[in-house]
Amino acid sequence: MSSATDHAEESNYLNAKPGLMSWLTTLDHKRIGVMYLISILTAFFIAGMLAMLVRTELLTPGRTIVDPDTYNQFFTLHGAIMVFMFIIPGIPAALGNFVLPLMLGAKDVAFPRLNLMSWYLWVFGGVFAVVSMVTGAVDTGWTFYTPYSTDTSTSVINMTLGVFILGFASIFTGINFVVTIHKLRPAGMTWWRMPLMLWGLYATAIIQVLATPVIGITMLLLIAERTLGVGIFDPALGGDPLLYQHFFWFYSHPAVYIMILPAMGVISELISVHSRKTIFGYQAIALSSVAIAAFSFIVWGHHMFTAMSPMANMVFSALTFSVSIPSAVKTFNWLATLYRGHIRLNTPMLYALSFLFLFGIGGLTGLFLGTLAVDVHLHDTYFVVAHFHYVMFGGTVIAFLGGLHHWWPKMFGRMYNEGLAKLACFLIFIGFNITFMSQFIMGSLGMPRRYYDYIDAYGSYHVWSSIGAYIMAVGFFLTAGYLIHSLIAGKKAVENPWGAATLEWRTASPPIEHNFHETPDANYPYDYSVNRFNPDTGNYDHIGAPAQEDDDRAVGFHGHGLESTT
Amino acid sequence: MNLFVELVARLLGVTPAMASDNALRGLYLPPEASTSAGHIDWMFDVILWICIFFFVLIVVLMGLFIMRYRVKDPNAEGPRIYHNTALEVTWTAIPLGIVVVIFWLGFKGYMDLAVPPANAYEIQVTGQKWSWSFTYPTGHVDNVLHVPTDRPVTLIMTSTDVIHSMYLPAFRAKMDVFPGRYSKLWFDADEPGTYPLFCAEYCGTEHSSMISEVVVQEGPEFDEWLTVASNILATMTPEEGGKYLWEKRGCNQCHSVDGSAGIGPTFVNLFGAQRAFGDGTTTVADENYIRKSILEPQSQIVAGFDGVMPTFQGRFNDEELGAMIAYIKSLTSS
Ligand code: HEC
Ligand code: HEM
Ligand SMILES: [Cu+2]
Ligand SMILES: [Cu+2]
Repeated sequence: MSSATDHAEESNYLNAKPGLMSWLTTLDHKRIGVMYLISILTAFFIAGMLAMLVRTELLTPGRTIVDPDTYNQFFTLHGAIMVFMFIIPGIPAALGNFVLPLMLGAKDVAFPRLNLMSWYLWVFGGVFAVVSMVTGAVDTGWTFYTPYSTDTSTSVINMTLGVFILGFASIFTGINFVVTIHKLRPAGMTWWRMPLMLWGLYATAIIQVLATPVIGITMLLLIAERTLGVGIFDPALGGDPLLYQHFFWFYSHPAVYIMILPAMGVISELISVHSRKTIFGYQAIALSSVAIAAFSFIVWGHHMFTAMSPMANMVFSALTFSVSIPSAVKTFNWLATLYRGHIRLNTPMLYALSFLFLFGIGGLTGLFLGTLAVDVHLHDTYFVVAHFHYVMFGGTVIAFLGGLHHWWPKMFGRMYNEGLAKLACFLIFIGFNITFMSQFIMGSLGMPRRYYDYIDAYGSYHVWSSIGAYIMAVGFFLTAGYLIHSLIAGKKAVENPWGAATLEWRTASPPIEHNFHETPDANYPYDYSVNRFNPDTGNYDHIGAPAQEDDDRAVGFHGHGLESTT
Repeated sequence: MNLFVELVARLLGVTPAMASDNALRGLYLPPEASTSAGHIDWMFDVILWICIFFFVLIVVLMGLFIMRYRVKDPNAEGPRIYHNTALEVTWTAIPLGIVVVIFWLGFKGYMDLAVPPANAYEIQVTGQKWSWSFTYPTGHVDNVLHVPTDRPVTLIMTSTDVIHSMYLPAFRAKMDVFPGRYSKLWFDADEPGTYPLFCAEYCGTEHSSMISEVVVQEGPEFDEWLTVASNILATMTPEEGGKYLWEKRGCNQCHSVDGSAGIGPTFVNLFGAQRAFGDGTTTVADENYIRKSILEPQSQIVAGFDGVMPTFQGRFNDEELGAMIAYIKSLTSS
């Protein structure tokens, strides 16, 4: 292995080939990952600004800055862009693309061309979706419920075509990951020795491939109804509006797990690495990802409790609760991993801990919504808005940020300013809780969602919520600032600054174009005896094959290993 | 500066409010005004405490571990605790048991909500962009929901356009309202007062103004109100009656009586005027024209407006049509 000093001159994937064209035609998964990263962050910025406009409008009841139609377009675009362009591709296509082959010790994904194609489809679909902002932005909410979406005069077709195309981008990523994980694992990496990030990506990819076609077809049917007047969903044309909701949620509920499973994968890595302790309950975490993926297909009806028959409701309520168990199990596993670890409170770890806190709230408040009698009151109120932000933002976005900070040195070969990073993490955490905690309260007090105007009883909660949003915005701008600064003037990163044992840390930072000089040997990914800290370089030097299974069973747990060293 | 003062006042919760606003103030759940609200709130509290317990458990453990197990030596590795079957079975089984109980309680509570009692008092509800209308057994139509305390009430609901949702937070009751089919919502109000009523399913521009009130009255008081309301036109001149209908039937959402254009044309100086339509034809607005505009609004679309007016076929009787026409006539200055 090359040491930290002599690859300073060696070329890496960022500078190996110069020029914009070399990027736009690249087949390198790392470059595609970076291109995806820039793209989804752009989407996040646009949608985030729309969120600020939404919150500003809601500072006072009645008109604050815009009229109701514009407001309706704001929240629709905010939701649609966040969901379809940021959070669904987010972790898999940006971070996943970058780390997946590296974690396998492979040169690339199985189908590099398909990978590039996926990015182009994202851009193409994204253009459709965003152009609709100019051509009379959609005002249907990101769910496009019929018959409203059949009737409204706004550019539903543009947006739904965009979603259709973005769906293919997602399917392509999924196919690629499934095949790559099946075919390109190195010698020695059995399924039970795969890093949990890969288990997360694998479970996600399965859902992407199986569920996404359904949204594609649904969008096409909606377009057919709007353009050709075929009656499918609109009762005025002889269709059934509930059918649309079934179709839509048949995809969009699993999509929620497309968002959260990779996040759970990231968290498993962060917690283990930054407490330098093997993950607790490896198999339970891996299998619960698969269990969640499977269950996710049979709970869609919980979005329609105020629309379906009591019998259907009962079944969906029961199934919904079944999904909560694997998530709870994972949370306990992460906590147990912290126990007796050597916890490093750096930025990635702070994000991981924020995740436990916020996702905990998000998950637990799901219990209210799964409970039929209580959901009747809470459905379509701000309680739901708060719940899904705790899950999607507090869960996925926070994990994404944690992962971004964790792999940043690997991706760009630079360290960021740790003090500013912690400050930003803190601002985001505080702002987030102010924003969405007040939404839980006003929601249970009855404030409906997608409301431009509201009665005075909810006034103070809305003001708090907006203040929290502004605090978060400061945190995000700060993050953008120090990350960009690090690219230009950040301290050079060593090969393995965190002492992680997964394979992506066994190559230079940033990696060379073909990832590795020689294929690294795979070991159990959470065995930290494979590297030692070098105080002179700040690197954790790889010191070869892992030590024999040592015996720490005296702790009172009766642990037995997963044949980690054989 | 004004905005700033207002925001600070709002933050402190010192804002002016209508009476019905106060009906939704509370610590975290609005006051209860129906017989099922108590049970639902009880369930809410049960779940809340379960959540608080687990959340505190997670955060306390996390806090303890962070404080006790901080890194000191960069090479030290935590003990290889791979898993622990007893512990894992426990922390799977306990949550499983808890969710089974929660599910069952929630399902039972829901069945009570879902099945209306046979003897319930029925009120027909129509949702349309962006108002509600309530038709009582006497034929009286109102835009405010009045209900008695001494009997269960079933709302039989449908929509003339898109999906809406009837939401009565003080009763903890909600049900989607579809075009082309009927859905039912029942409750038994037990606390006289006035409470807000919302549309909870997004339905376009004025979704957030599709709110009304539910007035809960003691049985005899309700009966008296209904008798008076049902015969109200008899106590008024036709013009007054028309004005009353303009307000109660939601024409005021779209048609002004002060000359300003809204979503629809103003009623001022409408009668007798020359009307031009989108298809190029014209006509003079006489009694028949107004009648037709109310019953078949799509037949002729006034130039410069969208054909968004819902039909009022079946919701206006001859007496009411007469009153409406008389009122519109009275708005033409001769
Ligand atoms: C959702 C908005 C809306 C509501 C509610 C509504 N209208 Fe209209 N109305 C319109 C629009 C828009 C037009 C013009 C287009 C057309 O002719 O259909 C119109 C046209 C009319 C006309 C013809 C006006 C003209 O200038 O020629 C009459 C009369 C009328 N409405 C009466 C009523 C009455 C009476 C009610 C209440 C029972 C009512 N409308 C409720 C939107 C509405
Ligand atoms: C920057 C912080 C954010 C703020 C302040 C914010 C705020 C809001 C607000 C006020 C609404 C409107 C709720 C309503 O009226 O029903 C909303 C809706 C929504 N948000 Fe966010 N949000 C933020 C970030 C996110 C993120 C990161 C995601 C997802 C990844 C997201 C996904 C959604 C979705 C799906 C909707 C629903 C849109 C709809 O009703 O059609 N938001 N958000
Ligand atoms: Cu769901
Ligand atoms: Cu509505």
